[in-house]
Amino acid sequence: MTEKFRTSQGTRVDRSKVINFTFNGKAYRGAEGDTLASALVANGVHLVGRSFKTHRPRGILTCGSEEPNAIIQLETGPRSEPNLRATQIELYEGLIAKSVNCWPSVNFDVLAVNGLASRLFVAGFYYKTFMDPKSMWMTVYEPMIRRMAGLGVLPREKDPDTYDHMNEFCEVMVIGAGPAGLAAALAAGKSGARVVLCDEQVEFGGSLLNSKEIIDGRPALEWVASAVAELEAMDNVRLLKRANAFGYYDHNYITVHERRTDHFGPGAKPELARHRVWHFRAKQVVLATGSHERPLVFADNDRPGIMLAASGQAYANRYGALPGKRGVVFTNNDSAYKVAIDLVDAGMAIPLVVDLREVADGELPNTARQKGIEVVTGAGIVATEGRKRLKAIEIAQISSDGEKITGAKRRIECDTILMSGGWNPAVHLFSQSIGKLRYDEEKACFLPNISSQKERTVGACKGTFDLQSALEEGMTAGALAAQDSGFGKGKAPAAPKAVVVAEKPLKAIWVVPTDHPVGQGPRKHFVDYQHDVTAADIMLAAREGMHSVEHMKRFTTTGMATDQGKLSNVNGLAILSAQLGKAIPQVGTTTFRPPYTPVTFGALAGRGINGDLADPVRRTPMYSWHLEHGATFEPVGQWQRAWYYPKAGEDMHAAVTRESKALRDGVGILDASTLGKIDIQGKDAAQFLNMIYTNAWLKLPVGSCRYGFMLKEDGMVFDDGVTSRLGENHFHMTTTTGGAAGVLDWLEEYLQTEWPDLEVYCTSVTEEWSTLSIGGPKARALMEELAPEMDFSNEAFPFMTWREGEVAGVPARVFRISFTGDLSYEINVRNWHGLHMWEKCMELGAKYDITPYGTETMHVLRAEKGFVIIGQDTDGTQTPQDLGMDWIIAKSKSDFIGRRSFVREDTKRPDRKQLVGLMTENPKEVLTEGAQLTYERVNPTPAPMVGHVTSAYWSPNLDHSIAMAMVKDGHNRMGQWIYAHDRGKVTKVKIVSPVFYDQKGERRDG
Amino acid sequence: MLYIKCPWCGERDETEYHYGGEAHIARPENPDELTDAEWAEYVFMRTNTKGVHRERWVHSDGCRRWFNVARNTVTNEIVAVYKAGEKLDLPDATAPVKAAAKASAKSPAPSEAKKPARKTAADKKEGA
Ligand SMILES: [Zn+2]
Repeated sequence: MTEKFRTSQGTRVDRSKVINFTFNGKAYRGAEGDTLASALVANGVHLVGRSFKTHRPRGILTCGSEEPNAIIQLETGPRSEPNLRATQIELYEGLIAKSVNCWPSVNFDVLAVNGLASRLFVAGFYYKTFMDPKSMWMTVYEPMIRRMAGLGVLPREKDPDTYDHMNEFCEVMVIGAGPAGLAAALAAGKSGARVVLCDEQVEFGGSLLNSKEIIDGRPALEWVASAVAELEAMDNVRLLKRANAFGYYDHNYITVHERRTDHFGPGAKPELARHRVWHFRAKQVVLATGSHERPLVFADNDRPGIMLAASGQAYANRYGALPGKRGVVFTNNDSAYKVAIDLVDAGMAIPLVVDLREVADGELPNTARQKGIEVVTGAGIVATEGRKRLKAIEIAQISSDGEKITGAKRRIECDTILMSGGWNPAVHLFSQSIGKLRYDEEKACFLPNISSQKERTVGACKGTFDLQSALEEGMTAGALAAQDSGFGKGKAPAAPKAVVVAEKPLKAIWVVPTDHPVGQGPRKHFVDYQHDVTAADIMLAAREGMHSVEHMKRFTTTGMATDQGKLSNVNGLAILSAQLGKAIPQVGTTTFRPPYTPVTFGALAGRGINGDLADPVRRTPMYSWHLEHGATFEPVGQWQRAWYYPKAGEDMHAAVTRESKALRDGVGILDASTLGKIDIQGKDAAQFLNMIYTNAWLKLPVGSCRYGFMLKEDGMVFDDGVTSRLGENHFHMTTTTGGAAGVLDWLEEYLQTEWPDLEVYCTSVTEEWSTLSIGGPKARALMEELAPEMDFSNEAFPFMTWREGEVAGVPARVFRISFTGDLSYEINVRNWHGLHMWEKCMELGAKYDITPYGTETMHVLRAEKGFVIIGQDTDGTQTPQDLGMDWIIAKSKSDFIGRRSFVREDTKRPDRKQLVGLMTENPKEVLTEGAQLTYERVNPTPAPMVGHVTSAYWSPNLDHSIAMAMVKDGHNRMGQWIYAHDRGKVTKVKIVSPVFYDQKGERRDG
Repeated sequence: MLYIKCPWCGERDETEYHYGGEAHIARPENPDELTDAEWAEYVFMRTNTKGVHRERWVHSDGCRRWFNVARNTVTNEIVAVYKAGEKLDLPDATAPVKAAAKASAKSPAPSEAKKPARKTAADKKEGA
């Protein structure tokens, strides 16, 4: 079959350049300049898919990004992509496409048989049909919906293409390159301002590409060509084609999705990024986003062959592809008469225009009559026939209120309907910018009303449908936008002269009647084609109490498909309003949200598509050693920390058991470099620490260290760490690995906004220092070998002090602090000495069988001692008292951050959840972190939850499982048995002190 | 994404900053003298302004300075940016903070006497 519907009149296709493609397994020919949709139309193929819920055959409805029916799976293999619109896919040699929404094939669809799906998917089906049991959702309903709905298939392979992002500034951003947008860009460009003009289509011209307008006495496309040439010659103007502005965010931040290589075919330009997301900050924005033609809602308005009128015109004029052999135009306005005239001129039979208005006496209807086209007014299409292609229609006179049929039905055979229900300005980006809309009764559509950002709308997007006014608005807006951004004097260049034919007002009849009341009988009035929502569904929603448009949307899913309701929102809203007996503005409109059109994940990920650039990865100077010695890694924030070091044949359990015992029996070494470190200096540093920590700092001697809690003003612990006094006015603070940045912001907040009189300077030094923790009974012996000049005796170097000296030949600070309970030294060296120090420790430690251990063993060892980890055992709702650490609060201080909250009624409650240890009855059983706790084994429903397990491990040194937990009134319940619940399993546990190991603290000094 | 002009670094994307909540809520100098309700007012209660809101931001990924922003919560328009300790006078129509201050100045209710002043210490130092 070769392009039976192709004419010689397409302005934008080159028939001499044949392009072969495959659709649903069948080979076709198209021409250069075609979209997949126009090539299918040229081949007479209209059946392109099945509807989402009811699996009715569907045809090509539009010629643009608003297409709801022609949804395509393009190509196969790793570059296969689902849910593309055939109307936007540019044809290339060898293209392979298929419909997404049919099974097993578009011509024979199992689920369409007997309307099986139709009865299942009434409005609100998500809530009604699939109510219970919940488990059925995952196993039965969801797979069934997916199979039924098609939804396309994602490739399993890695995406072979590259994607990138660009960030740019401009003075004037013009979105949409139709007549108004081109005019705006010309006017702004002449001022010398940096201008960006983007458009979603293959070439600039907008609606002029589809019609036969005259500008300055020439075909409009000649004016477009000269305008584009003029813009291309301006160095200050950037032109982006195939580029959808999909998001309009705060402060004129605009995101644009540019498809750069898809039209060459998959993988044809591997040297180029396939898609690019542009991020623009514009001083001024001009929205020239045009408008979408609105479908008419009439009986069985979804058969293949039923198309929007101007789209039919576009296929004929632009692509030389006639929508059918014999078509009827169905309209409520004058614009569709232009379509009838153009199609007749292109060689298609248009015997009839059916007009909902009682009178059609404008210039365009009269011209149509002169062409021999019959015009029937005060009438509507009340029925259609034909399964896979429209075969015939029935028309009838209808009452002037649009409620019922008043005359006899007349049957007309035709294969095409070209419908026009008026125009919806594409206000999506305007709405995203938080601009306020208003409803215009005469044009029966929403128009931009009050701007919220530095933005102007022009042309059809503003409801200015006549070409001359659109051109003038564009020129004016472009000049003013440039002026407001500091360029030019705001004087608009003269607009070119377009031939304008006056049009008479439309008449909105939102649901065209049929021989049964809507919702009864076999005929369906579709509103949302992609989600199969009918007028009856919306009326049902209103009757069931969905009086808000937002409720109606969610109940019926109107406007929630990938087309985001570009065609359905206004019709749906109008039907809801009529059902509620309210005016449309009273019911309101929905808020449009990004993206305007779907954007691929690849484009959003950009160069980070493989994950390695998505987020910075932080590694310590000893990372390479850990890697070479077989460590497994655990991400902690952006850090990659060594988790454990399995030896051959060891699993995690075995490795952690070995590492844990090794430290307690000999010596272990941990890379603790990721700890947050903040250098604090200034004459008021001690006074400052006294306010931000709960304990007393003024008298801490130089050379000593102190462990402290930081609270928020609500009295809850938010970070902890050891801070050491390096000098009279100099401290070294450590924070948790994950809390470092937040702590620094918080310190600065108090210094800069509350106590600007204090002279204190904070500097992040996390990355400046490598930290190695050497712990275990043999730690002292190793330290003595590493630093023969230093005295490591308990007397000379006691617990919670630090000393400076030469260690392994390099300057170091050594801190005697312990997170394991055993004798322990933390060596800090400049980061470029980190790896050297680690290797030296391993070398000299060999005779003590020094054992590197990772974060998992660190967690086990600290839990054996009952040391909390902020963020694991706490969640921002614990006071120091809840954690059993009253000792950390200085009684002598009259103020510190959070102190006043201790005496709040809720904070001083004695029965708050408190930190305790748990021992399982069965010593081998390790609890699940997060398990809920109850006092009783058997509980009423709902069970009184009294806490949860925060940490749980196997303790190799105790040969017993251990756990920490927050338990209501836990401190008063020592020795009591309670119950842990984990997905139906109940475990009896005893409340004990969280200090499981070395309760007298005898190991600390070695 | 907002576009915020740091008083020290100039205009940068919102991602470089962190939000710090409502501005001009000074930490009470003697918390022990406050009732629980007054303390709760300072710790928990904020104005939830519809209109121009004075708030604090910190340029975390830049100069690390805290500063004040007057932002319209309806449109996100940034009316003004000013340093900690600086004063900002706005036209009455857009200054609910100022209006509230005026109202309380007229008739200070006894119970409000101990309420934390809606000024920061920095205001006290440089502004007043
Ligand atoms: Zn800054």
